[in-house]
Amino acid sequence: MSTPGILTGEFFINGDEASAEGAIAAGCRFFAGYPITPATEIAERMAKRLPQVQGLCLQMEDEIASMAAILGASWGGAKAMTATSGPGFSLMMENIGLGMMTETPCVVVNIMRAGPSTGLPTLVGQADVMQARWGSHGDYGVIALAPSSPQEMFDLTITAFNLSETYRLPVFVLGDEVVGHMSEKVIIPPPDRIPLVTRKRPQPSPECYLPFQAGDDLVPTMACAGDGYHVHVTGLTHDEQGYPVITAPVHERLIRRLVDKIRLNAAAIIRTEDVGLEEAQVVVVAYGCTARAAREAVDHLRARGQKVGLLRLITIWPFPEERIRRLAEQVRAFIVPEINYGQMVYEVERSAQGRAETVLLPLMGGAIHTPQEIVEAAEEYLS
Amino acid sequence: MKFWRLPLDAKDHSIPQGELVIIKDRCKGCNFCIEFCPNQVLKESSEFNKKGYHPPQVTKQGECVNCNLCEIICPEFAIYSELKTYKELTSEDILNYSKKFGA
Amino acid sequence: MKIRHRTLVPFDPQSTTRLREEQHGLHPDDVYLKPGRIPHIWCPGCGLGVVLNTYINGLKMAGLPVDRTAVVSGIGCTGRVAGYLNMDTYHTTHGRAIPFATGLALVRPDLTVTVFSGDGDLFAIGGNHFIHAARRNINLKILCVNNFNYGMTGGQAAPTTPVAARTTTTPYGNFEHSFNLPFLAYASGAVYVARWTTFHARHLVTAIAESLTRKGFTFIEVIAPCPIGYGRPNKLGSGLDEMKFYRENSLVQNDADPREADIGLKGKIIVGKFIDQSRPTFDQVYEENILKKFTRSA
Repeated sequence: MSTPGILTGEFFINGDEASAEGAIAAGCRFFAGYPITPATEIAERMAKRLPQVQGLCLQMEDEIASMAAILGASWGGAKAMTATSGPGFSLMMENIGLGMMTETPCVVVNIMRAGPSTGLPTLVGQADVMQARWGSHGDYGVIALAPSSPQEMFDLTITAFNLSETYRLPVFVLGDEVVGHMSEKVIIPPPDRIPLVTRKRPQPSPECYLPFQAGDDLVPTMACAGDGYHVHVTGLTHDEQGYPVITAPVHERLIRRLVDKIRLNAAAIIRTEDVGLEEAQVVVVAYGCTARAAREAVDHLRARGQKVGLLRLITIWPFPEERIRRLAEQVRAFIVPEINYGQMVYEVERSAQGRAETVLLPLMGGAIHTPQEIVEAAEEYLS
Repeated sequence: MKFWRLPLDAKDHSIPQGELVIIKDRCKGCNFCIEFCPNQVLKESSEFNKKGYHPPQVTKQGECVNCNLCEIICPEFAIYSELKTYKELTSEDILNYSKKFGA
Repeated sequence: MKIRHRTLVPFDPQSTTRLREEQHGLHPDDVYLKPGRIPHIWCPGCGLGVVLNTYINGLKMAGLPVDRTAVVSGIGCTGRVAGYLNMDTYHTTHGRAIPFATGLALVRPDLTVTVFSGDGDLFAIGGNHFIHAARRNINLKILCVNNFNYGMTGGQAAPTTPVAARTTTTPYGNFEHSFNLPFLAYASGAVYVARWTTFHARHLVTAIAESLTRKGFTFIEVIAPCPIGYGRPNKLGSGLDEMKFYRENSLVQNDADPREADIGLKGKIIVGKFIDQSRPTFDQVYEENILKKFTRSA
């Protein structure tokens, strides 16, 4: 049988499939998952494609096991991924916490559907935004990306791997059912045009190596299983040599670094798409599939000469609070359409610090915003 | 098993002689080594270690046959035996063996 | 928002120097222990130290170098084993040692991965993972230390607590039926199933060495004393008394039918090597049936 390694060219595929291809292009060779609508196509694509690149796709007994398995695979030195939707994301939270605590690079794709609980399995939602930020107990920094198209499902899955390898943590791709199931043209560049990042491995001899001692970037080097470093990796609070130390000062040092490695590197992580922000009086802040309707609305208003801008969040965590703070000094209102009862809007309102009105356009799930309702909301604040 | 006399091939066999090393301050006084030593070489000492336990002491010097059971049953890695020499098998050993394990 | 941080206490590289210098290397097996980690946290009379010790001796008997091994453990007293072994060790979340180890073992078939955990971790919260890893015949060496209760949290009932046994959550005696672990392992597909007590240290060393050399999902149940959590409420005496009980009440029955291996509060304990069979492992089947379909690309 011929082996189609990493694909190159133009493809008409859906967002889920594009995400799987992005993972393979990023060097992912281990996938563990559990069937769940609307993310199943990622597992199916991986099951077909990973053997072709000598990788392994494993269907686990549940999402808890899937998340644990990719952490194990990552410590084995592999780039690893899982994909799920809300109910599975809830189950993964326990081991996402372990991944954060043990600084394990991996990627978790969540194709959001409407919840809570089983909710609307086949229909869209965007209500896992805060869960992605705060879902596992305890404090830690997170990175979450929100693709708005199948092309971005491909691109941002690669970005997610690169960020996870750079900052050593599970990185979330928060897609949604619309983007996951939408088929569009996806361009896959040749492999040599795809920049890839691989985790920093330790240099010193095992005797001098401190597995959780970080440099100025706050990210330690990673010794994987079999490298001869005899590292102890634990979900308990641990010191720089990896030994459990159950004291407040060591906890302060560890947790502050886990939060700060994202907080202090936020400027390098955050990506947005800006449309007409320079002179905008009203800014629509949107992400995921909602940003497509927002873009249509903003283009429509701008064609009529209205001073409306779009801030599309590509990175939703860390949140671009500095951008919002500066925009709040110039704009009258932020319009925040979301397929939930208000999640990202709290971040916008907090960052605006009362200098501009923040308007939520909620939608409980199962449908997407029409450009018309965004236009009408913006018009209220336009002169 | 019971022996009536020294076996004819006794010269081909020997008894290993071990020397016990006790890391007293690691001991937590579980007494596993004392209880399960097949030759009852050890007993609890009256001294206290740093943790306040009574570590074992060797009472029958020369009876340790370096079987290592104390070494593998110790939960604290506090005792081990080293092979010192081999002792020739004598009629006395055979008599003792029969007394101990014979019917 | 402004943040006023407390002053950080910097890492002191000398923090374990004293333990390393004064304590490490006194025992020949210390090379298998992480420098500066002994003494361990386990109570006097606990069987866990014995199992750790026999595991090291099993490794030596199997001739397995530590650089080719990894240990994954869950949560609980037994979960702490990982932190003492001088090799790549992973102390994961409660019940999830097996799926973590599954990921590790599948991407690193060159390593022998042992899962070291307790009965509550492996069979209550992690029960589903156990049966599925056994079904898949993942190349994992499971060492389950069964002390019939949750020791770390103070002696609560476990899925292995015998009927009528008292624990802090069964104050009137346990009225639930308990798991027969060797039977469960066998029924789920384990290729090697044995049970020994910590009293049978020498058999245990041999069993561990054997399991380390078998390909596939192996299971060893080690009955271990927990004088504080289980011994005291059930009036079983000290750890030593529990060990003596094992000496007097264990029946060595190699090849015994695992269905007959139930354990009661005071009854006989059937020990031995119950199952030793061979079945294609997950890696072998994947390599043969799937990967070979595709040529290795450069």
